[in-house]
Amino acid sequence: MIDKAQETARNEAELIRETASNAPTPAAGMLPPDQPVSTVNTTPASRSQWRDVWRQFRRHRGAMVALVLFTGIVLFVTIGPYIWTIDATYVDIRARNQSFSAAHPLGTDQLGRDMLARLMKGGQVSLAVGLTAMLIAVTLGSLIGILSGFFRRLDAPLMRMTELFLALPLLPLLLLMVTLFREPLSQAMGPGLGTFLLIVTAIGATSWMQAARIVRGDVLGLKEREFILAARSIGTPNFRMMTRHVLPNVLSPIMVAATLGIATAIITESALSFLGLGFPPDFPTWGRLLYDAIEQMQMYPWRVILPGIFISLTVLTVNYIGDGLRDAMDPRIRGR
Amino acid sequence: MNTRALLLAGAAVTAFSSAAHAERGAQGQLNMIFWQAPSTLNLYLSTGTKDITAASLVLEPLANFDAKGDLVAKLAAEIPTLENGGVAQDGKSITWKLKDGVKWSDGTPLTAEDVKFTAEYCMDESGGCAQAAKFTGISSVEVVDPLTVKINFTEARPYPYSAFVGGQAPIIQKAQFQDCTGERAPTCTQQNFGPIGTGPFRVTAFRTNDVATFEANPEYREADKPAFATVNLKGGGDSAGAARAVLETGEYDYAWNMQLAPETMGQMVAAGRGDFPTAFGAQVEHIFLNLTDPSPQLPEGERSTVAHPHPILSDIKVRQALSKAIDRQLLTEIGYGETGRATCDVINAPEAFASNTQDCMAQDIEGAKALLDEAGWTVGGDGIREKDGRKLQLLFQTSVNPVRQDYQALIKQWWAEIGVGTELKTVDAAVYFGTDPGSPDTINKFYADVEMFTDVYEGTDPGTFLAERACSKIPAPSNQWQGENTGRYCDPAYDALIDEMGETSDPARRAELAKQMNAMLTTQSMAMLPLTWRGRVSAVSNSLAGFEMNPWDTELWNVADWTRAQ
Repeated sequence: MIDKAQETARNEAELIRETASNAPTPAAGMLPPDQPVSTVNTTPASRSQWRDVWRQFRRHRGAMVALVLFTGIVLFVTIGPYIWTIDATYVDIRARNQSFSAAHPLGTDQLGRDMLARLMKGGQVSLAVGLTAMLIAVTLGSLIGILSGFFRRLDAPLMRMTELFLALPLLPLLLLMVTLFREPLSQAMGPGLGTFLLIVTAIGATSWMQAARIVRGDVLGLKEREFILAARSIGTPNFRMMTRHVLPNVLSPIMVAATLGIATAIITESALSFLGLGFPPDFPTWGRLLYDAIEQMQMYPWRVILPGIFISLTVLTVNYIGDGLRDAMDPRIRGR
Repeated sequence: MNTRALLLAGAAVTAFSSAAHAERGAQGQLNMIFWQAPSTLNLYLSTGTKDITAASLVLEPLANFDAKGDLVAKLAAEIPTLENGGVAQDGKSITWKLKDGVKWSDGTPLTAEDVKFTAEYCMDESGGCAQAAKFTGISSVEVVDPLTVKINFTEARPYPYSAFVGGQAPIIQKAQFQDCTGERAPTCTQQNFGPIGTGPFRVTAFRTNDVATFEANPEYREADKPAFATVNLKGGGDSAGAARAVLETGEYDYAWNMQLAPETMGQMVAAGRGDFPTAFGAQVEHIFLNLTDPSPQLPEGERSTVAHPHPILSDIKVRQALSKAIDRQLLTEIGYGETGRATCDVINAPEAFASNTQDCMAQDIEGAKALLDEAGWTVGGDGIREKDGRKLQLLFQTSVNPVRQDYQALIKQWWAEIGVGTELKTVDAAVYFGTDPGSPDTINKFYADVEMFTDVYEGTDPGTFLAERACSKIPAPSNQWQGENTGRYCDPAYDALIDEMGETSDPARRAELAKQMNAMLTTQSMAMLPLTWRGRVSAVSNSLAGFEMNPWDTELWNVADWTRAQ
């Protein structure tokens, strides 16, 4: 461990440096040689931007709690099935509708399937869908947002396309995609993976618009700032301008859009399963567990509450992590 | 406190119960809830049971089926039969006599012209009548005199009671609808939402897919009926909510068409405010085995056609094994509880036609394994049987429905025990039961090995239903995938029985033929695996008397006799 006083001193020094440079300090190795800042940064005492972000992130108590919980959920669904080895789809008709017991810690459903195993299995699918669909949506959204904010000529066509997508009714579009591609995909890759790809693409391709609009707005504002002008005056090419100066500065709205996107994706997936457009019925997902249990909610409330808790907890923790990251990455509020 | 006041009032009213009974409109409002809201009251423009049921408050046919499946005269003076001369000896016509003095709710008399007009209205080719099936095979409808109408058939018909019989084919008023025929039919909103009828109630307001209100018809032919002055028909919500409104909160007297988990129903009945009357008619949940090859490797237009027999399911031993592995009683108990009965038969009712086969009831996993061994399917490394390099792997599709998904999960597990791999698939009901020839997921296209749905027939005679399994009714690209023979069963001996059934009018012989055909479809060929005989279920409050659950006709068939329980 580094000495506490030493660390504080270095942090302060770094903060002063950053304020002077007016842009996030980049990683030392990635810097082009003609950047004067780099000479300062190559001193052994310097640290990367990400370590800096992490230092800031640790101060955000909510985000830290959320990170621990989220890691817990991820471990639960990934490592869990290796410890609790009951098959999530095994029907044990004699053990129907049981409440919490040693044999079934979280009880069983109407067909005697173990709820703990189903929650683990369902979490794998739901988390994978949420994260992947979010990645697709955010990548697509920020790409389109940056392009349309940065290049005036692309702005109108890209934004009209965004509006077009916003106006598209989601459900008929998904219906069409499922009808057209479900069978070929499940033949090529098996019913599980095929449906997974179809669903994440479908959700990703229909939820990037908000991110694109937010990012475009931010880029438009950023473009008029002095440091951009300065970068341009020393001849920074467009691509580098985007990756070095624009993207890091719009990272915070992207993060927020991403965290919200995970929640939307998990919920959209459950709605799709409900319509028979999602995964086959023998693939439990949190959304499906929730919908399956709604009818008997009065008698077996835990079957609704448990998947509900997992969905809300995931969404909440991811939101908090996003919030913490946003604060940590924004140099203007760093150190507060 | 409110409850107590109600109870006191109830006790007070009991004293006057006999007096209150004998007067039209003396018992206030009847509250009904339809969780699928009626969209129109002109049932000739809608196939929805919700619309047919709602319309039966207003419109009446010549005859209804009663709860036992027997015909009862409504607007007809009597049921025409061979004995009373109403049905012609050659079976080519039927003559109905109307009751004398029946008036429409606007005060004008009902005549044979109205009956003739109704047939023309529905048989108009450009109108797209939703109940056209009721009117097929009719060559003409003649008005003999103002109270007599004769229906001529194109060929001899052993069972002539289809047009104007049952809630799907009531009489509409000529004066009101004469400008609404053919293509203009859907544009006549005022007429379609407010038909003038002869029934116990007349429409006061109809808001499509929402609320409808009715009041007692002042011209109704029985002076002391109906007992209720008004009817409030609320639409929307879901099945469970509607059941709660009747059985738990008591806001409504009657909720139509319940689909609830057995446990939920038991809990609601325990509240003691009402019950779920169930009647068993012609609804049977079946598994259909595809006898043709649905393989996607085949070119489009050849998949699931008779040109390619199914590589696995063409072997009757495999079909028998699949049937033996299923525990029908357990399935039914879990999925339907009191509202279903395990069955091995396609035809379970009416009584005379039922075979009561029992030999599929006991689950026999070992027997099923032995059959598959015999057929040459050996267990492979992953527990799934193989033969000649082909895995015994089936695609099992059905509609999105919690009960059906439970069935799928259970059946998948049993089949896994005998070494049959199952891939499950669910399709949205609107697509699955849809008729779009372009969709790959309809029950008729059957691009799967196994599918499950409820098959049902209209009326009480299964003749036309059994005729649906004819070779000529197999869906194929050549008929736009429109045949009803979903399982692609084809047997010339069965077709011969269909022909015989078409010429037989003796009820005893018809029943015998039906049993024989039922056996051919089930135990002999295993082309269809009946699972559960489903009842029709509604929720009825204890405060309603006179309700008689009817599986053969609209549930409101005797709404004129409903009263407030005292």
